[in-house]
Amino acid sequence: MTLDSKIPAGSLAGKWERRKFENKLVNPANRRKYEVIIVGTGLAGASAAAALGEQGYRVKLFCILDSARRAHSIAAQGGINAAKNYRNDGDSVYRLFYDTVKGGDYRAREANVYRLAQLSVNIIDQCVATGVPFAREYGGLLDNRSFGGAQVARTFYARGQTGQQLLLGAYQSMLRQVDAGNVTLYTRREMLDVVVVDGQARGIVARNLITGELERHEGQAVLLCTGGYGTVYYLSTNAVNCNVTAAWRAHKRGALFANPCFTQIHPTCIPVSGDHQSKLTLMSESLRNDGRVWVPKTKGDRRPPEQIPEGERDYYLERRYPSFGNLVPRDVASRAAKLQSDEGHGVGDTGLAVYLDFKDAIQRLGIDVIKARYGNLFEMYDRITAEDPYKVPMRIYPAIHYTMGGLWVDYNLESTIPGLFVLGEANFSDHGANRLGASALMQGLADGYFIAPYTVANYLANAKLPKVSTDQDAFKEAASASQARIDKVLGVKGSRTVRQLHRELGHVMWDHVGMARNAAGLQEALGKIRTLRDGFWHDVRVPGEKNNLNPMLDYAGRVADYMEFGELLTLDALRRNESCGGHFREEFQTPEGEALRDDANFSYVAAWEFTGVGVEPRLHKEPLTFEEAHPSQRSYK
Amino acid sequence: MSGKAITVNLKVWRQPAKDQPGRLVDYVAKDISIDMSFLEMLDVVNEALVGKGEDAIAFDSDCREGICGTCGCMINGVAHGPDPGATTCQLHMRRFTDGQTIVIEPWRARGFPVLKDLTVDRSAFDRILTAGGYISVGVGGAQEANAIPVPKDKSDLAMDAAACIGCGACVAACKNAAAHLFTSAKISHLALLPQGEPERERRVVRMVEQMEAEGFGNCSNEGECEAVCPKLIPISNIARMIREYGRAIWKGAGV
Repeated sequence: MTLDSKIPAGSLAGKWERRKFENKLVNPANRRKYEVIIVGTGLAGASAAAALGEQGYRVKLFCILDSARRAHSIAAQGGINAAKNYRNDGDSVYRLFYDTVKGGDYRAREANVYRLAQLSVNIIDQCVATGVPFAREYGGLLDNRSFGGAQVARTFYARGQTGQQLLLGAYQSMLRQVDAGNVTLYTRREMLDVVVVDGQARGIVARNLITGELERHEGQAVLLCTGGYGTVYYLSTNAVNCNVTAAWRAHKRGALFANPCFTQIHPTCIPVSGDHQSKLTLMSESLRNDGRVWVPKTKGDRRPPEQIPEGERDYYLERRYPSFGNLVPRDVASRAAKLQSDEGHGVGDTGLAVYLDFKDAIQRLGIDVIKARYGNLFEMYDRITAEDPYKVPMRIYPAIHYTMGGLWVDYNLESTIPGLFVLGEANFSDHGANRLGASALMQGLADGYFIAPYTVANYLANAKLPKVSTDQDAFKEAASASQARIDKVLGVKGSRTVRQLHRELGHVMWDHVGMARNAAGLQEALGKIRTLRDGFWHDVRVPGEKNNLNPMLDYAGRVADYMEFGELLTLDALRRNESCGGHFREEFQTPEGEALRDDANFSYVAAWEFTGVGVEPRLHKEPLTFEEAHPSQRSYK
Repeated sequence: MSGKAITVNLKVWRQPAKDQPGRLVDYVAKDISIDMSFLEMLDVVNEALVGKGEDAIAFDSDCREGICGTCGCMINGVAHGPDPGATTCQLHMRRFTDGQTIVIEPWRARGFPVLKDLTVDRSAFDRILTAGGYISVGVGGAQEANAIPVPKDKSDLAMDAAACIGCGACVAACKNAAAHLFTSAKISHLALLPQGEPERERRVVRMVEQMEAEGFGNCSNEGECEAVCPKLIPISNIARMIREYGRAIWKGAGV
């Protein structure tokens, strides 16, 4: 298999224009003849459904929750980037492109990133037109702020609920197509398999989570918009239903999985308090605009923060990175916090936390300004920890937040299975080894509103798509394989709960494949994951029935997939003998403890081909070339 | 963080499926850290049930940080429990005392049939928004964002209404099981913005008709919805919806 990224020729700025022109079109009158299956209703899925429905395709849209409005895009707090340059502070499409490639530590495709930066301006126009209530100034025009890792104010926001408002905007546009009869919604459905007929993605098997029935759906193209795999770590800032199942089952049918080891740790989360915890809560990194991060200079200093005098505090980000200070990118800030804690400077009961202090900002700006900027976040913190951040500094610690890796796609967002497209966080394409703040929302909407509608149409216009029926063998085989897996997991009747096994997997992943990794630890993790997977299939206990609403059964299926996927993530981390972005290998660092890339040997996308459970997958490399943004050691000093 | 643990006595609504009878079942939740969230406490209870080979209590939840609107149950008769401005997942066990009895029931409303235990069907909300709860603008047809100035106070009011998470607490708390706060929040959000102006009349008439068709009750100004709303959406939105509706009918919409 050779990986063809299908990047158009010509200048960077003209590539997308050229591709749009090269693409074949589908006559408006013929669009009704095509049925497109979209799985997932986050920003990518909802916007793709809205856009394709609008063009006249018949769309079947699936989501696992009770409403499309609940997808996890909703939880994004901080904002969305766009190269509007409304602040006149030097922003441009080129700068957004450059920042994103650099922030991704030179492991993303230049052409994809440039297109993303170009489309960013259209996204804001589209969102405003659909009624997204972005923050405004008294003159009635849009407000901006600067956000983690950027030196320009290019982030648009809607209080601390930007993701919610953008998602509702896309969801409403999608509902408009439901109203028009172009989109059919299937809620409480979980995709369990992609059906491949004669090498093309022609349908899915989905489980009705209320009745347990396995449904077969056919179509001419399938779009996976199913998000990331952060919950492989058990504790993460992801919602508890986020999972890798749809992507993993597509992988098992032939879609390559790229760069799974590129996971992002978010530096500003509320620290873990105990074993009971089911998820971690993110505090928007916009807090770093005004909060100052520090730890006590003395190791093991257990005094309450207000008793530690100024001279005995180490504002380590400001000290180490004077030009970016508290606004260094997420991976840099996270590792710095881990380093402080590892060296004994951590605070709180567990010692796994650092302070984020607003005292100076409150003195400088007044409590009302701080309340207007961060009121809801402070309240959320208070609710969870019973501490008032207006009076005592917040305690924060990094947590798994986003996954840059995902199914491999070409420039058209098509996977290695023809007709299977992958959008948003579920693909690997735009963020390289590290994603900058406020760019996930941008990518989800760019893929769904502006890219897939062109590239999916081109696929439909070019591909030979003979009629298929859900009674065909490929559909029957996929459905019976899914049924067999459900029966198997119910049949184990062992002694450990799904949650216990998931938590154990999460511990292994966090300890060995988390913020800092090394070869010995990764080897150890591979063994532990295999043992756990074996333990799962011999000792898991899933209660209830298969033909009734049974959340424990749904959960078991997802954890079973994580038991396989975790191994791939770990293997990818083991084989990438360099540090870059969110992937930090302790063996590869500069004398100052910064990530040390190896461009000569690892400037490629690692795309893995499934060869069987517990069998070494086959590695395919897509070389990365940089014509505009020349790789350099990232420096935020 | 205090590390203190309590024991609580639960009475939980168990109903095997949509058309079957349900009942309150007693469970004792021991050694519950007061730092746990309410849903984490239910996770612990479920772990014990699964360990004994019993079916777990079915309840919906997702983000567990109060924004997705997936979770929600009646806790001692109050939608989302005792904390104002919070969802069920944001409630922590430090709000309860050792030995306290907690009655946990699903949302109860004709428009929200129970599917199992604490899980209800809220698809009626999607159908209300499908009846015009959007602005008709195609992808690619948008003008430059700053070409539409919106006064900050209007924009802020629209945002207040747009903050609705669609959880259904307003319906559950209302003695008439009315969906007025939910419906009016979307109507307000879009009616307050210039982008929503062209479809203003048509939208309010269609959405109100759909709301009634879904079997939700009428508003009798009790204010229970506002009191339990996790996003503190004010009841003044209902007044705005009624004004908008009257205005639309007067202007001849929906006739």
